[in-house]
Amino acid sequence: MQLAATLFGTRYQFRDIKDLLAKANEEKSGDQLAGVAAESAAERMAARFVLAEVTLETLRANPAVPYEEDEVTRVIDDAVNEAVFAEIKGMQVGELREWLLADTTTEAMIKRLSNGLTAEMVAAVTKLMSNMDLMLAASKIKVVKHANNTIGLRGTLGSRCQPNNQTDSVEGIRAAVYEGLSFGSGDSVIGINPSDDSLGSVSRLLEMTHEIITRWEIPTQNCLLAHVSTQMEAMRKGAPVGLVFQSLAGSQKGNESFGIDVAMLDEANALAKRYSVVTGPNHMYFETGQGAELSADAHHGADQVVMEARCYGLAKRYDPFQLNTVVGFIGPEYLYDSTQITRAGLEDHFMGKLTGISMGADVCYTNHARSTQNELENLAVLLGAAGVNYIMGIPMGDDSMLSYQSSSYHDAPSLRQLLGLRPLPEFEAWMEDLGLMRDGRLTEKAGDASFFLGR
Amino acid sequence: MSTGAFSTDELRSIVAEVLAELAGAGDATKPASAAPSSRPAARAESSSERTATGTGGGGTNVNIEVSDPTVPEERHRIGVKDPANPSGLVNLAASTSARLAVGRAGPRPPTRSVLLFGADHAVTQDAIFGDVPTELLERFGLFTVQTRVTSQDEFLLRPDLGRELDDDARRMVQEKCTKKPQVQIVVGDGLSAAAVTNNLPQIYPVLEQGLRDAGLTLGTPFFVRFCRVGVINDINDIVGADVVMLLIGERPGLGVADAMSVYSGWRPTAGKTDAHRDVICMITENGGTNPLEAGAFVVEHVKKVMKHQASGVELRLEESGSR
Repeated sequence: MQLAATLFGTRYQFRDIKDLLAKANEEKSGDQLAGVAAESAAERMAARFVLAEVTLETLRANPAVPYEEDEVTRVIDDAVNEAVFAEIKGMQVGELREWLLADTTTEAMIKRLSNGLTAEMVAAVTKLMSNMDLMLAASKIKVVKHANNTIGLRGTLGSRCQPNNQTDSVEGIRAAVYEGLSFGSGDSVIGINPSDDSLGSVSRLLEMTHEIITRWEIPTQNCLLAHVSTQMEAMRKGAPVGLVFQSLAGSQKGNESFGIDVAMLDEANALAKRYSVVTGPNHMYFETGQGAELSADAHHGADQVVMEARCYGLAKRYDPFQLNTVVGFIGPEYLYDSTQITRAGLEDHFMGKLTGISMGADVCYTNHARSTQNELENLAVLLGAAGVNYIMGIPMGDDSMLSYQSSSYHDAPSLRQLLGLRPLPEFEAWMEDLGLMRDGRLTEKAGDASFFLGR
Repeated sequence: MSTGAFSTDELRSIVAEVLAELAGAGDATKPASAAPSSRPAARAESSSERTATGTGGGGTNVNIEVSDPTVPEERHRIGVKDPANPSGLVNLAASTSARLAVGRAGPRPPTRSVLLFGADHAVTQDAIFGDVPTELLERFGLFTVQTRVTSQDEFLLRPDLGRELDDDARRMVQEKCTKKPQVQIVVGDGLSAAAVTNNLPQIYPVLEQGLRDAGLTLGTPFFVRFCRVGVINDINDIVGADVVMLLIGERPGLGVADAMSVYSGWRPTAGKTDAHRDVICMITENGGTNPLEAGAFVVEHVKKVMKHQASGVELRLEESGSR
């Protein structure tokens, strides 16, 4: 295999497709930590010139981890629609970029093409796209899913209500749910990261959130983001589970470090179809994030964009109600500053949508990354403009349980106002009925948790 | 000097007139319709004293004295205007440390909540990118070594280098430290210099005294700059202690910038991971475990480790009698 380019008189050569893909990446501290990044800005551009001429067929033939060794590769490759692939296999990555952006390329055309893609193709075209390319192309693709309500419709922006509590206090979490709902957060899901992963604690919080949803007849769903095995146990014991959650990695080894495999996810999805309290047909909720594989030494020498795209390829098997990248959570050794976090957020959203995933984003940062709440708000606006399905809602963006900052309960209503977006339709109608929203705006009653003490 | 249409004197008089008009503005002669329909009235419960003397109402003699908005009673102030259930809202807000009942300005948070958030973020940033004062380390007789990390940036970017001592450090530890003590205490900056600065003066004497009272021999303590937890393996390959204890600054949470963790392990060596270690975290006087209590707790824990000759998962198995 010959992969080389001459730039300004200097010849750059790339070992193989994995090496080429890694070096074509925007600068990421995680790729540098892994030792796979381009060594100079010029080498990065040389890699992109070469990548632009690589065909989709070559990318399919060179997955980040061989088919025989990795079940994530197998899940993705086995799902490729061969008829579509036969049509597009000769297309070069540079051509794919232009095709996605062309005015003549419709949403329906992209969705059909999506069925012929593997994760490496999705990642490859991402590397040739600028931030605005990623936004524009993603905005063409609406991925609509249904549980108790409908997520992803054009013109809507959902918000996961994330009322975490350091001690899993039922009353503390209830108060934070009330406040979130009063701001119009919680239409995508009321989703809690439990501090205590035990069945007892998880069941208690499932009961409490389900009780609120039932009493107030809220068109939404609950979810406890415990390990999937705990949620499966909770379902078998009859606890009211809405969405079933799990964090994913882009390799079999990475998933092993999360204590999961494809068989377990298959079983969880099947159980959700039997036991979940929501209508469906979409029951699953996943989280991902660039760098997770490297942190588990499960990246197989691939860059973090490729590994992230593979997460979406795996997720597609389960047709999830929603998936979000947790884009700034992992820390500066993977995404160093707001420039890298912003880039990763836009990449992930685009790659998810291109894969056919109902894609949200936990726009966030940790305190040792070079970022601020302003930078976080910037990315939230960019993602809102790109058509992200949902963002997080957290009291003032301060999650004291997970010790990081994300978007605030205030941010979804702000973005809706700024960008002319609405909550998920069933949820907006519910807000209107209660008098918390009118014509897409919060009313004077909104933003007051004590409203929900009234029933 | 001519400035076109006006002479200097004319300009002076125009300016004087304008200034006189400005000084008279804002009084009762202003039409009511020009005022905002809902004036941002000063809150009755405002914590700031604002005294303006003189007739102009601005300019000179302004005296603003903001009392600390970060104290608990100020933090939990209700920001919602006309809540549906005022006492109920107080109870809801009191049930959690989450920032509830902050209210809103349109869809955005009110000024006070934004500033308080900013203050918490600021103190956190200052803690991360700071240094432990040399005087403090000298006071406890700690000499300083460094890992292979050479800069703040590299510390964030290369966790692997923060787990290894540099060559000077190896030599110094080799030369200065008593070998094969029962307990080796190490202090590291980790991700919060403030954690060491604020907690060391209290926790350290408790540890030293407690361990001595338990009849344990202590090694020569020292401080590691750019320190990650994994460095205890590297250290103990030189020192050979039974238990290595690392007092290290945690990644700061918002507004809790000085939390310390104490990691300890039975005979750490290359290849040992977190599964072989025990940790007591959130040691801080700001909403965590008090450092004096934490010190006493750690001493008891070390006695247990010495007794079972195990730490981490192995210790829990020993204790539960499953091996």
